[in-house]
Amino acid sequence: MSTAAIPETNAPGFRLDLWWIPRAIVLGLIAFAIFGPLTNLLLWTVAEKWYFPHTLPLEYGFSYWGRVFSPRGNAMESLTNSILVASLTVVVSLALAIPAGYALARLRLPFRAAILFAFLIPQAFPNLPVYVNIARLFYEIGLNGTIAGVVLVHATHGLVYAVWIATAAFAAVDAELEQAARSIGAGALRAFREVTLPLAAPGLLASAIFVFLESLDEFTGSYFVGAPDVNMLPLLLYTAGAGGNYQVASITALLLLIPSVGFMLVVERFLKSDVLSKVGH
Amino acid sequence: MDNGTFLRIAGLSAGYGATRVLERLDLDIRKGEFVALLGSSGCGKTTLLRAVAGFAKPSAGSIIVAGRDVTRLPPDRRGMAMVFQSYALWSHMTVGQNIGYGLKLKGLPRTEIAQRVGELEEMLGLTGLGSRKPAALSGGQRQRVALGRALAINPQILLLDEPLSNLDARIRLKVRHDISALQKRLGITAVHVTHDREEAMVMADRIVIMDAGRIAQQGTPEEVYNRPASPFVAAFMGAENVLELSGNVDASAVAIKAGANNHRCLLPLGGRTLESGMFEARFRAEAAELMTGDAPAGAPGQALELSGRVEAASYPGGIWRHSIRIGEAQILVDAPRPFEHGSAVRIRIPAEKLFLFNTRSAHERPHAHSLHDGRKGRVLEASET
Repeated sequence: MSTAAIPETNAPGFRLDLWWIPRAIVLGLIAFAIFGPLTNLLLWTVAEKWYFPHTLPLEYGFSYWGRVFSPRGNAMESLTNSILVASLTVVVSLALAIPAGYALARLRLPFRAAILFAFLIPQAFPNLPVYVNIARLFYEIGLNGTIAGVVLVHATHGLVYAVWIATAAFAAVDAELEQAARSIGAGALRAFREVTLPLAAPGLLASAIFVFLESLDEFTGSYFVGAPDVNMLPLLLYTAGAGGNYQVASITALLLLIPSVGFMLVVERFLKSDVLSKVGH
Repeated sequence: MDNGTFLRIAGLSAGYGATRVLERLDLDIRKGEFVALLGSSGCGKTTLLRAVAGFAKPSAGSIIVAGRDVTRLPPDRRGMAMVFQSYALWSHMTVGQNIGYGLKLKGLPRTEIAQRVGELEEMLGLTGLGSRKPAALSGGQRQRVALGRALAINPQILLLDEPLSNLDARIRLKVRHDISALQKRLGITAVHVTHDREEAMVMADRIVIMDAGRIAQQGTPEEVYNRPASPFVAAFMGAENVLELSGNVDASAVAIKAGANNHRCLLPLGGRTLESGMFEARFRAEAAELMTGDAPAGAPGQALELSGRVEAASYPGGIWRHSIRIGEAQILVDAPRPFEHGSAVRIRIPAEKLFLFNTRSAHERPHAHSLHDGRKGRVLEASET
């Protein structure tokens, strides 16, 4: 609503107030839907004793945190593995997505739409049969149960974000900006490195974060290809949750949540509308 | 190569797919000359500039700079610098870094770059803005940064792609003079693409008018303005009033036959190449003199006189502009005072300001598409642009 409209609606002021009631109810419901489970999760992380029919935990404490981070509990190993795999996945995905995205954005490639679509295919099929087969294949060539194997699986999954967003990021950089550098004496590679790449960097950073978060959350591939040699955080969460240990599951979930929320804030800042509008084009 | 030619464009053809944008175009440009490529959108002027810069691949022909064939060279090895319509400033660099980038590419020491950038900033009136980002500048300042960035490398040839079209009208008038003064002072050869006739007239030593991928006419601003070679050029240079006349041509004069709205008159040929038959006559609104219908007739040999009726008058400033119906045709004529709506008037067009061309039936013109379509819809004030 524009500021100019405010004086007009001021006269029947009570009507404006009445309108806030349904809005407040809707907003309250949305907030409850989002924050209710989160509150429950937070409560579980600090609950020492909590059972039916009690609404709130009976005892609070941090003993489960100590257990999760103790050398015997494998949370630290899983966290290290998850972050290592996620970082390597980002490196692999961007190494492919930067040249691919540049080519798709700049060059008049034949079958451009088909190429972009091809990156969607890993998402199009049900994960389970695909990863079971990948696991069998990786087992034969000795990639099963290795960090490299998990990174490869995550990269195929993350490439769609990486390539699509990188293509959009490069498309949002006007070709004339690069030509301006070429015209005053910059070679093709130099113009790319010093003009196009820095200008596309925010979009590329956003794609890196997407890939990182995807890798951090990925379960099926990690389970079939990684476990039991390479354990990841989602796997720990699964084991704890399945074993009825809600405290450990909640603490693990919180560990997964922190980078997600933090990076989403960064993405929101860097993924500008000019890039977003070009995703998939 | 004849001496004096610095940039030679020979037999240049270019196009996208099946559509040809340039058709075996030849153009020679002397060192230090300011050439304006003038034409409406889609005439190939920008493609020509981009081919010279190395951003468009010609399908045939060659581009030669100072005797060196640069047709196959990449843009960064042609010794040219281009100023873009969008300015194409790099938002992640400061003004100083933008201007100094070309010098950094040459590997100059940092102190030398800083000194040269300082000089350019002073010359372009950007002093004190060196550490700002382009986003924090006004349109005019951005334009000057773009110019400074191109000038920093001391280019042999400066290519200007409609660099003024994104500026406010008032700033544009000043920048026109700034750029051409700078170009003269530095002695740079410049090729300027524009669709603005007045801009080309004011800035250029030579105007090259382009139409459908070919050069329609080239010459000094005065030549193309006063001696248009074709109806297209005449219309493009503002002679938008058009009439159908017929007459006979002899060695020194053209005798216009009397028509429904004009008397017989004898005009000196004055260098025109014409054949007897139908003519397309074109003249500017300001070239004609408007008189009341009962005014005494002038000397019949020196001017064409038409009779018509005033349909409308408007005041665009300085003069009154009248829309006058002559038979089927409608023309615009300027006068220092307003004539009454509906009054009978006579229009006197001096011979030297009347452009005559043989119409298509007598003289075949392959590229006859011109401003004919636009003529129907034009309004009283529009003939000025």
